[in-house]
Amino acid sequence: MSTTEHTIEYVTATIGGQLFGLPISGVQDVFLPERLTRVPLAAPEFAGMLNLRGRIVTAVDMRLRLGLAPAEVGKARMAIGIESKGESYGLLIDAVGEVIRLPVGGLESNPVNLDARLARVSAGVHRLDGNLLVVLDVDRVLDIGAHAEAA
Amino acid sequence: MDELLRDFLTETNESIDVVDVELVRFEQEPNNAQILSRIFRLVHTIKGTCGFLNLPRLEALTHAAETLIGNFRDGAPVTGESVSLILATIDRIKVLLEELERNQAEQAGDDRDLIDQLAQAAAQVAGAPPAAAPKVEEPKAAPARAAAAEAASVAAEASPANDSKPARAKAEGAARSSEEGAESRVAHQSIRVHVDTLEQLMTMVSELVLTRNQLLEIVRRHEDSEFKAPLQRLSNVTAELQEGVMKTRMQPIGNAWQKLPRIVRDLSNELGKPIELEMHGAETELDRQVLDLIKDPLTHMVRNSADHGIEEPGRRQAAGKPEKGTIRLSAWHEGGHIIIEIADDGRGLDAQKIKTTAVARGLATEAEIEKMPDAQAFKFIFSPGFSTASQITNVSGRGVGLDVVRANIDEIGGTIDVKTVPGRGTSFTIKIPLTLAIVSALIVEAAGDRFAIPQLAVVELVRVRANSEHRIERIKDAAVLRLRNKLLPLVTLKGMLKLAEVQDETVSAFIVVMQVGNQTFGVVVDAVFHTEEIVVKPMCSRLRNIALFGGNTILGDGSVIMIIDPNGLANAIGNTAAAQQAAENAREIEQRTDDASMESLLVFRAGSPQPKAVHLSLVTRLEEIDAKTIEGADGRLMVQYRGQLMPLVLVNEDVRIKEKGVQPLLVFADEGRSMGLIVDEIVDIVEERLRIELASQRPGVLGSAIVKGQATEVVDIAHYLPLAFEDWMAWGGGRSERAPVRVLLIDDAPFFRNMLAPVLKAAGYAVTSAASAKEALALFEDGARFDIVVTDLDMPGMDGFDFTAAVKKDPRTAAMPVIGLSSLASPEAIERGRKVGLHDYVAKFDRPGLIAALKEQTADVDCAA
Repeated sequence: MSTTEHTIEYVTATIGGQLFGLPISGVQDVFLPERLTRVPLAAPEFAGMLNLRGRIVTAVDMRLRLGLAPAEVGKARMAIGIESKGESYGLLIDAVGEVIRLPVGGLESNPVNLDARLARVSAGVHRLDGNLLVVLDVDRVLDIGAHAEAA
Repeated sequence: MDELLRDFLTETNESIDVVDVELVRFEQEPNNAQILSRIFRLVHTIKGTCGFLNLPRLEALTHAAETLIGNFRDGAPVTGESVSLILATIDRIKVLLEELERNQAEQAGDDRDLIDQLAQAAAQVAGAPPAAAPKVEEPKAAPARAAAAEAASVAAEASPANDSKPARAKAEGAARSSEEGAESRVAHQSIRVHVDTLEQLMTMVSELVLTRNQLLEIVRRHEDSEFKAPLQRLSNVTAELQEGVMKTRMQPIGNAWQKLPRIVRDLSNELGKPIELEMHGAETELDRQVLDLIKDPLTHMVRNSADHGIEEPGRRQAAGKPEKGTIRLSAWHEGGHIIIEIADDGRGLDAQKIKTTAVARGLATEAEIEKMPDAQAFKFIFSPGFSTASQITNVSGRGVGLDVVRANIDEIGGTIDVKTVPGRGTSFTIKIPLTLAIVSALIVEAAGDRFAIPQLAVVELVRVRANSEHRIERIKDAAVLRLRNKLLPLVTLKGMLKLAEVQDETVSAFIVVMQVGNQTFGVVVDAVFHTEEIVVKPMCSRLRNIALFGGNTILGDGSVIMIIDPNGLANAIGNTAAAQQAAENAREIEQRTDDASMESLLVFRAGSPQPKAVHLSLVTRLEEIDAKTIEGADGRLMVQYRGQLMPLVLVNEDVRIKEKGVQPLLVFADEGRSMGLIVDEIVDIVEERLRIELASQRPGVLGSAIVKGQATEVVDIAHYLPLAFEDWMAWGGGRSERAPVRVLLIDDAPFFRNMLAPVLKAAGYAVTSAASAKEALALFEDGARFDIVVTDLDMPGMDGFDFTAAVKKDPRTAAMPVIGLSSLASPEAIERGRKVGLHDYVAKFDRPGLIAALKEQTADVDCAA
């Protein structure tokens, strides 16, 4: 009991070489996104819709969301399934990493020199050995419309 | 049993069951406000519903009881006597309800005994003199008393309740046990299930349908699968289950109509218009979710009909209609939809007023409005804040309403249509799906992706090929589909969805013709697959801003596809069409100087590859006859046509009459006579700004014009008429014997002068033409005299109105009638015409109208002469 009070488990993922973490409590599943149906007229970050065991999942391309170049065509990608306001989303990432347990106290607010594109979706960072884990703020990740219109 | 009555009994019996339990406690704690208010609610509900179901006895009784209990509820001390009285009343209600359930109608009888006691008690409690008692209304008292014997028996049945409390309690117990079997068969036949439970059941069934579809898809790929038979069973069971669950959600639409008779009655009083509400098809069932959403719009529309539609009794009488207006509400099933119609026999919509308001509100420009068909203009009444009511009444006219109605109906994927006949009434037709959860949709493909289009909005599918009868044409840059002589705006689905650059696909295409409200349009898709029952899933909330999609669904093969929202599509097209219109208007203003407006021309070939054209309004019909039926007699060509011999004329000598096969003809008819003009080929009907550039000296040709980018000969029909009937010219209703009436025809467009002059000549008038008002006035100055003037109203320089005013001012010409010709017939223009002294007003292409007007106006001339 005491451990869960002081640590938090993250599902980690890499997007464009950067390490990200999502609290495991918010992750539904990790899956291979197949048969994506594109959504015309939607912001480019919306990669499409897919059927995950009878549920309709909206896929968000995290590379585009972070302002990175689109993934190479044909390169296998993974998706982390999350839920927001009763709806299912899949965050498309380059690769999924291991689940790591980090102390709650280690979460720092965004460093001032953090890339603005990362800061936009970040709920804070954990400093690991020679690496920075950016904790994703799901609400901000999904808040796509505002930016899409500005773009 | 009547649905309403059954519901009433079910509900009331339930409440009574609850109150029965409370009654025992009520005896012990007569001042328990909770129990009291529960009894009050029961009595109140029964009272409220009784008025509806026409149950006067129950109504009178509960009304009296309500007053008393109301007093207690307001704090008056409860006495033992009054408790007994209330209990007795409840018992009597139960007796009445039992009778009602047995006989499905209220038995005649009298409850005066209880009512009087209740009134007395109420008066005492309220501290008012008992004289207040007679105030209690009991309208049915007199006839009810006639059945005195009946009343006595009822009183006897109820009598135990009037005894002391313990006795009553005993009686209660006894009554309950004896009643147990018979009690409320209805109440126990139906149970109440929470709506959420049903919703969840529906969701599960929807999932099941999806899974079934997926399984079917898989089995389809494995022809000899052993799963086939059991899957078929599963499929059938699923379908039945779906139907069964749907049924639990079904309710008669009458439930949404319940309040309407009352509303209409109140409105009728408030507005001082007698109105009758007819209701047909109240038993038509639909999904309760849909029912809930349609309730308010319906109420609003009925109010609207009462307020706007139905005229004041005086006006109705003046119009020869019964004083009492009628609003007819009907509902019926049609396909997978329910149609609800709200019709009134009132004044109808005022197209002009709507158009004027639309312009005033900036919803359309004057130029757009001018061209707009009335049916399209009526759509404006659904725009936000649109109201033509000059007076704001309590009922409507505040500009909130029809737009909300429209929005509500849009939301459930329905459509609303309005039809109106001036002076005869207006009818609104609402078409809504029976259920929202599962819809039938057409699966189409655009740019490699599939999309679902709700079948509700699909009118038909059209396959266009290079030489099929339906063609894609271009009016300026906009593609249109010519479908049975109607032009439909055309969009490509991939273009609307910005999926691909749209190429010129005029050769072959699949077109889904859709209708949303009064708007009909064609959507070009790459392929059409099949119709599928799809389970509508709401669009992800972050994507709901895309108006073109109404949701998404999982197909049988497991893939997710978007569902097109017909309303969103219609709006998007409306916008682009409006944009096109605007561009066109701008161009039109540029071209105003040469006045040529769009005209429909029939393009054909005859004798030469160069196309020829004739004004479409002059052509009565296009025909194709069997070449073999053409007969030659007396050196003239004839054909039997509609039971008569019709003369045939060749456009020129180069036209070859076909020896076999089909011979195309242009048929011209006038006052019962027809002639056929033989042509080689009918090419097209085009909208073009006709400008005759080169006048021709050749007989039968008015001149050349550029039509669709090609030099085209414009044919003079007047030349051919005498060829068919030698007496055509002389044939003018016997006028030829007299000196012909002299007509001055003024039109700045040579085309119209050339078109009308022969027509008028053929009708026996002596025609002089003038190209402008100035020229006409100059003729007068030169001493030329005419019996009547026919003038175009829209002319550069001095227009027809100013010309008429000038004619009327000059004493030499003031007596001469003037007929105005115009393509715009707005009330303002007509009013202006009347002011300057125009005698009549005729639309430009209305030849019979013009002849009639001439006859009418020159009848005076004849008399004067």
